[in-house]
Amino acid sequence: MAEYTLNTPLTDADIEQLRSGDVVYITGTIYTGRDAAHKRLTDTLDKGDPLPFDLKGALIYYVGPSPAPPGRPIGSAGPTTSYRMDTYAPRLHGLGLKGTIGKGRRSPEVREAMNATKSAYFGATGGAGALLSQAIKAAKVIAYEDLGPEAIRELTVEKFPLLVINDCHGGELYTTPDLEKALAG
Amino acid sequence: MRTIPAQTIVDKVAEMCIAANRELPADVLQAFKTQQAAEENPAAKEIFRQLIENAELSRETGLPLCQDCGLAVFFVEMGEDVRVEGMSLREAVNAGMVKGYKEGYLRKSSCDPFTRKNTGDNGPAIIHFDIVPGDKLKIWMMAKGGGSENMSRVMMFPPAAGWKGLREFIIKRIAEAGPNPCPPVLVGIGIGGNFELAAINSKKALLRDIDDTHPDPEVAKLEEEVLSAINKLNIGPMGLGGKTTCLAVKIATAPCHLASLPLAVNVQCHSARHKEVVL
Repeated sequence: MAEYTLNTPLTDADIEQLRSGDVVYITGTIYTGRDAAHKRLTDTLDKGDPLPFDLKGALIYYVGPSPAPPGRPIGSAGPTTSYRMDTYAPRLHGLGLKGTIGKGRRSPEVREAMNATKSAYFGATGGAGALLSQAIKAAKVIAYEDLGPEAIRELTVEKFPLLVINDCHGGELYTTPDLEKALAG
Repeated sequence: MRTIPAQTIVDKVAEMCIAANRELPADVLQAFKTQQAAEENPAAKEIFRQLIENAELSRETGLPLCQDCGLAVFFVEMGEDVRVEGMSLREAVNAGMVKGYKEGYLRKSSCDPFTRKNTGDNGPAIIHFDIVPGDKLKIWMMAKGGGSENMSRVMMFPPAAGWKGLREFIIKRIAEAGPNPCPPVLVGIGIGGNFELAAINSKKALLRDIDDTHPDPEVAKLEEEVLSAINKLNIGPMGLGGKTTCLAVKIATAPCHLASLPLAVNVQCHSARHKEVVL
């Protein structure tokens, strides 16, 4: 298990060196986006209109933060469950998206798309929203403000701590549940 | 007849919503510490370390434990000799929830099921009422996140399925949920009743403390058995492997129809936020 500090935007070389289980600290810009925002990004692409941010080398964090209290850039900001974005992810990877951040397992289609486009899936600790927000130094809504917590935000992060779950070589960190042993009691 | 001003309920409910989202229950925090020591897998230990630090930070800063402050679910026991003055009990609970989520900078997660438009105030609160003897008003509040709720299921078994069938369904459900619902989870199980009562009971069961024992020793044994089985899955904290896939299994039962054996499995993430108040 290696440790890396990476700056955004990410390159092919950044991703190729990573193996599932590695710890990565991200510094730079990441974009937030979850269910409703992904639907709108896809509708925008269908219409042939430009996206609200550049996907090339980008990282999307599946998060809907809680409101920022006075004096803080953002509220609590931990990952949401990623499988709900599986429908949209392959297309975005095909357009230059280098990584997504969330929690939980990805579909075979997303894993294939990541291998084909040299992209990775990073895990952040679910339910550690107060802790993770400490690495977020600035936040501003850049699109779909009407979606409230689901609006797309540009986050400036410093050493945002992540774990590589799926690398671009087919590696996956999650365990396969030992169903037989559990059923046997 | 005892009279409670609606405003008292509004204020208490608002306080509960804010406190529940900032203060991890003591039994859950203690379970993190115990399991952190018990784990041999370094990744599992590290997740517990982060969760303990997160709980401390949340308490210090007032930031919610988790950005998903949940749909606000209430179980209300209303004494027959209590009267609420000023507005209806439902209005008071809902108004308190709206106040708490606004003033506590908690995320509003309630939206229209079709348009997906956010209702803007996390409302309406989901409230289950019970009328009981006496002149007390008891309110439990639970902040139930969407990620774990999505992993929950109701299944109507034929009676022939028996405990064996139920047990298999529960274990398979948690296995399939895997890393998605933020393990280590707590599992609330409703057995019997009917379609909706099983579901309500499965959630209500999650209000019990981690270390309490079911009053019926037979049911207590089943809880232990399922807990031990689930922890053999090796899903572990956040799906990274380890001994702790589940912190507690809580079962609630009710008599059911001759033709039915209803089962509900309510999955609760490790951020098991709830509060109660007696007025």
